[in-house]
Amino acid sequence: MKLKMIQRVLIRIFLLALIAVSWVSCKSGEKKEQAEESAVEVDVSQLNDEMFKDINEAKQIFYSLPSPLETAMLIKSTGVGYNEDLLNSVDNVTKYSTTKSMALNLGIYTCDLSFASLYDQTQSSIDYMNAAKKMADGLGILDAISQENIDRLEENINNRDVIMDIISETFMNSSSYLQENDRSAVAAIVLVGGWMEGLYLATQLVPDTTHLENNKLIQRIVDQKLSLNIVERLLNDNEDNQDIQAIMKDINEIQAIYDKIPMKASSSSETSTDDQTHVTTIKSASNYKITWDLFNELKETVKVIRNNYIS
Amino acid sequence: MKRVLILLLFISASFFVLSTQNSQAQCKGFAKNVCKLELVPFTHDGNYHAAVLTEGEEAELYKTFYSDQEYRVAVCGSDNLPEIEFKVMDAGQKVLYSNKDHDFSKTWDFKLESSQQLKVVVKVPSRGDKSQEPASGCVAIMFGFKVK
Repeated sequence: MKLKMIQRVLIRIFLLALIAVSWVSCKSGEKKEQAEESAVEVDVSQLNDEMFKDINEAKQIFYSLPSPLETAMLIKSTGVGYNEDLLNSVDNVTKYSTTKSMALNLGIYTCDLSFASLYDQTQSSIDYMNAAKKMADGLGILDAISQENIDRLEENINNRDVIMDIISETFMNSSSYLQENDRSAVAAIVLVGGWMEGLYLATQLVPDTTHLENNKLIQRIVDQKLSLNIVERLLNDNEDNQDIQAIMKDINEIQAIYDKIPMKASSSSETSTDDQTHVTTIKSASNYKITWDLFNELKETVKVIRNNYIS
Repeated sequence: MKRVLILLLFISASFFVLSTQNSQAQCKGFAKNVCKLELVPFTHDGNYHAAVLTEGEEAELYKTFYSDQEYRVAVCGSDNLPEIEFKVMDAGQKVLYSNKDHDFSKTWDFKLESSQQLKVVVKVPSRGDKSQEPASGCVAIMFGFKVK
């Protein structure tokens, strides 16, 4: 009788131990799966912060934001139409007299100039080139946009390649002049102005009826989350400048909204090169989630900041 | 004596400022007239990234690249410098391209399946000749894209 009781207890203990072992191994399996998953997809902000780990080893660090020309090209490549009403009116040039307002609007007008040129808006292109010239002249950027550039633009108004070349050349003239004359804060403000105008145009051009998933323009807007840490570092390099401090507050507002938009990306990329074209494709995956509420919050915040810059 | 010393200091400072500005101005000309040509037939984005580097020194550039766009990166150094090394890395520090494996090519063409931030690391190798002063010269990093 006693032996049977001992046997029963032993069997119960064995069964309990078996259940416990199975439960523990299931849990560790789950953890392993989770770990494998996180090796594939990680939060992009975290991933990009990792990139700056060893940053102080190099002598020279460049933070490269999309130029106004690249920004305009990225918007056009999504297939959206041209809307002149969204651009900063060239009549506003007389309003800008401070270094900050002229620098911001040099970036804004260069973005509008690029946008108008990409859509073959000939007269607007000439008007915006003149507006950008006034901002560059006001900032004392010698010969960034010369009369020769404007004459060449007018002569080649139907040749988009030449126009793109003139825009890129004049923009490089401005940024190189500012950097080489120890005015990197002004150069940063010009870049942020152009970037903000691009974000403004893109958010305004999204139709209310669009699907937020698998939409190229929305994808481009969300992609700007990737450039936010570059904007911040560009501004931080000049944080003693009062104009930069004011702009940092605006960027922090935008950052707070982007923080609410989850974006995941592969932690590592693969490459493959086409033997004929010699073009390498960088293969990786990413995904994001955005709601209409978040999009409208971003759109409204960008609009307020941009309208403040052009007022 | 004091006046002579101040005058000498002023002349040295002016010489230093002028020589620095001159070498930087040369970098602008170098980027515009030499390196930009490497981007053809791509459209230069208009951004300017150039600096004077000495043998053994490195520069880094951080930039976001967008999906479905074709890019060309061009990295060039002045004639007096050894062949410039450059590599492109992803956020996970994986080397996606190194021009050391491609005969020190000055350009690399690429496109991305999804947008991501990349790092371009540029190095002026040291010739290792201790009897000579290490050479300094302009190094430019430029980007081009295809207009769609």
